[in-house]
Amino acid sequence: MTHLLLAANNGTNLDPIYSKALFWILAILSVGAAITMIFMRQAVHCALMLAVVMLSLAVLYAMQGAPFLAFVQIIVYTGAVLMLFLFVVMLIGVTSSDSLVETIRGQRLWAGLGGLGFLILLIVGIGHAAIGSAAPQTAANGVDNLTGLAKLIFTTYVFPFEATSALLITAALGAMVLAHRERTEPKPTQRELSRRRVASGHVAPEPPPGVYALHDAVDMPALLPDGSTTARSISKAVTQRDVDLGRDPQPDVTADLETEDRTEEERQIEAAARGRDEQA
Amino acid sequence: MSPAAYVFLSVILFAIGGVGVLVRRNAIVIFMCVELMLNACNLAFVAFARLHGNLDGQVVAFFVMVVAAAEVVVGLAILMALYRARKSASVDDANLLKY
Repeated sequence: MTHLLLAANNGTNLDPIYSKALFWILAILSVGAAITMIFMRQAVHCALMLAVVMLSLAVLYAMQGAPFLAFVQIIVYTGAVLMLFLFVVMLIGVTSSDSLVETIRGQRLWAGLGGLGFLILLIVGIGHAAIGSAAPQTAANGVDNLTGLAKLIFTTYVFPFEATSALLITAALGAMVLAHRERTEPKPTQRELSRRRVASGHVAPEPPPGVYALHDAVDMPALLPDGSTTARSISKAVTQRDVDLGRDPQPDVTADLETEDRTEEERQIEAAARGRDEQA
Repeated sequence: MSPAAYVFLSVILFAIGGVGVLVRRNAIVIFMCVELMLNACNLAFVAFARLHGNLDGQVVAFFVMVVAAAEVVVGLAILMALYRARKSASVDDANLLKY
């Protein structure tokens, strides 16, 4: 990265060969990740693909003599915005992946065609614009990129800058108002909670997943004392994932055939042990 | 690479983001696609800043980042409120104004 920074300081870019190679690698990476992002069904995978795009864009900024923006891109976008996305995905979106049913007929086809047409329109337009090669850096850059940016932000663009501070405060307040939930009923006391627990018939905490003798996995239902399994020990998100992947969710059957065999073995051992106990 | 190559890359990313907004129906993913479009615009701004040899484009890109951060905060809060009311993050379920 220091190499990039130095190159940016000189007002030039990397060695032409390096810059060309790096550009093509990053271009293919970011476009590939962006296309994968629209086709991924799970919101979490989309977020990861978006992270790839954002990180490659950060390197592209650094290559173009904008080291400050490159770091802001990594810190603000990949660090804050994407983490916020992941938080919300974990809060609401994990069990809800996109349905494949089209509510508007031909929506995907027309959206794709529209996007393609838009792309061709823009590319033809920009192709005609005859963008020249990069101009030499002017005195606007000052000593280095950061100093130049600071001068611009606090002189020419000082009013927009103040406006963004108002915008950020408003956004933070708005988020608090929108995400706040008014409590419409009194908070249940400990007495009420324990009454409810006894009335529900499940006094003990939920059994944790995983049949520990054979498995240690979150998708394995817990084995109850009577030898049966319980679906209540498995997170709903895991079951939903099975449905999404087209697998049979197996709340009360032990997973695969091999397991089935092993439980059979276990059963025989248990029976033998029981026999010994009875003899003794 | 000449700035034109960066502008073309930004155009491609912008178009992909636009298609994503139109195609997807999970509101969170739509938001991510909007972020992709904003990022693509930033790339074009930085490329133009280099083309002209001054820093104004970079300042604009910086402001776009600030606005995008504010937009994400409010948008995700709206999503949370919507999810609480509808128990779904799909944009098809928010159709109270339809009839």
